[in-house]
Amino acid sequence: MSQERIAAIVGIHEYPLRDVGGLMSPLQIKAACAAKALEDAGLSWADVDGLYDAGDGGGAMSGLNIAEYFGLKPNVIDTTAVGGSSYEFHAAHAKRDIAAGKVRVALLTYGSTAHSNARAIGVGGQGGGNHHPADVMETFAGATLISNYAMVAQRHMFEYGTTSEQLAEISTATRYHAMRNPDAVQAMEDLEFLDIRETTIEDVVNSRMIADPLHLLECCMISDGGGAVVIASAEVAKNCRKAPVWILGSGEATKYPEIGGDLTTSAAIQSAPLAFSDAGVTPAEIDIAMIYDSFSITVLTLLEDLGFCKKGEGGAWVAGGKLRFDRPAEGPALNTDGGGLSSNHPGMRGIFLLIESARQLRDESNAQVENAKLAIAHGNGGMLGSRHTAGTIILGRD
Amino acid sequence: MSEAKRPLPSAKEHDTQAFWAATRNKEFIYQQCKACHTVIFYPRRHCTGCTDGELEWKQSNGQGTVYSFSVVRQSYHPFFRNQVPYVVAWIDMDEGPRILSNIVGLAASDKEVSIGQRVTIEWEEHEALSIPLFVTID
Repeated sequence: MSQERIAAIVGIHEYPLRDVGGLMSPLQIKAACAAKALEDAGLSWADVDGLYDAGDGGGAMSGLNIAEYFGLKPNVIDTTAVGGSSYEFHAAHAKRDIAAGKVRVALLTYGSTAHSNARAIGVGGQGGGNHHPADVMETFAGATLISNYAMVAQRHMFEYGTTSEQLAEISTATRYHAMRNPDAVQAMEDLEFLDIRETTIEDVVNSRMIADPLHLLECCMISDGGGAVVIASAEVAKNCRKAPVWILGSGEATKYPEIGGDLTTSAAIQSAPLAFSDAGVTPAEIDIAMIYDSFSITVLTLLEDLGFCKKGEGGAWVAGGKLRFDRPAEGPALNTDGGGLSSNHPGMRGIFLLIESARQLRDESNAQVENAKLAIAHGNGGMLGSRHTAGTIILGRD
Repeated sequence: MSEAKRPLPSAKEHDTQAFWAATRNKEFIYQQCKACHTVIFYPRRHCTGCTDGELEWKQSNGQGTVYSFSVVRQSYHPFFRNQVPYVVAWIDMDEGPRILSNIVGLAASDKEVSIGQRVTIEWEEHEALSIPLFVTID
């Protein structure tokens, strides 16, 4: 059991609004969050010597463009852009760079105005394009993003007998947490959710079918938003304002369509063992599971692949409301901020997984798990049902 | 205003142009490595199984099995929004390639498809190429 104390999250900020009314740009959201996260840590812009960016707002040359926009002169730039899991990759790379002595204070930021831009992420029909051979081969079929995930659910149901009622557990637990988060409640109001309250399994399975077998309440929102995370060396962390949240382990992986491939297994099957072995802990020890909830099936699949239960047993494992924050004896609490389903999903949710993990390990969550010691943040980037990335981060408190 | 059309693949993308050229003759072709026999799909210039293999084109019998599917009930795409509900599916061709396509010709799209269902290509003809859609067979 290593549990090295090399790098810690020392500053966090989640942009409170999910509808900026077209009045903010992604760049402005990134900078506003960066300043708040640095303030949270008791640090300033001048302390940042490592810049991590996924290209949101800064484009293909974001390493340069964001440095200039923030007014930074970083010694290390990492522009890994692998979709919603980019921030888990960034956290892993920040720890690596801190361990190598190249970085003392790493800054990760995210900003998006997906809602204001009225981007139909889920049902836009994958405009695709004709550049990458995969696009050329697939765009003609008109598979929406939701149907991409729905085909995972369909196969999971076929192979393992998973039911819509079991998948709905993900949605109800997440909404249960969202109703305790004022920013999430405001988000649902601003995004004109029809019924803002705790939901039942019946509510979910009776909601409108979007792409069989996924219902409306199994799909994440499309919001504006952003956030920032500051990761520092142990030496810097000692003098920060808040208690450090240590990065104990990390894993990265990719998955894409292959002949005879298993649609019900994600890239997490590769990234999770790396992260758990790195951290020297087991899934049974995890208190907080911040798992990318683009859709209900995403979480069910990832819970299995992360090792919380065996492949195919996720449906039975999540049943009975055990994922709620007030049942710590039954297993980890899921997405205690309200998740992408009910709090915040501007397109690349990975940074919020780190932020809420840190809140829990600092006793700052709205759905606080008493004495939470270990959290897992797992990002899924790209699309679960075809090609995607997995970033697993395991976090712990002192 | 002209009616929106199905988005068609580029016939000029380097890796896939031979595949689409063959569809003009209603042939579904795929690649296999002469050296290590790895089946490659989508098409590429190199073998992913070995570093010096030469790929050859082979022709599929046009039949396959539904690996998974979904019925799309909501789309904002200018063409597909007028097609709902329609079936998207991953189909395992008998020779191995797994292709994303539509299953068409169904009276009630949400009731007639299942995983394991046998399907065969029904070509949708366009000016420069044909699109491999699928219909169910017994």
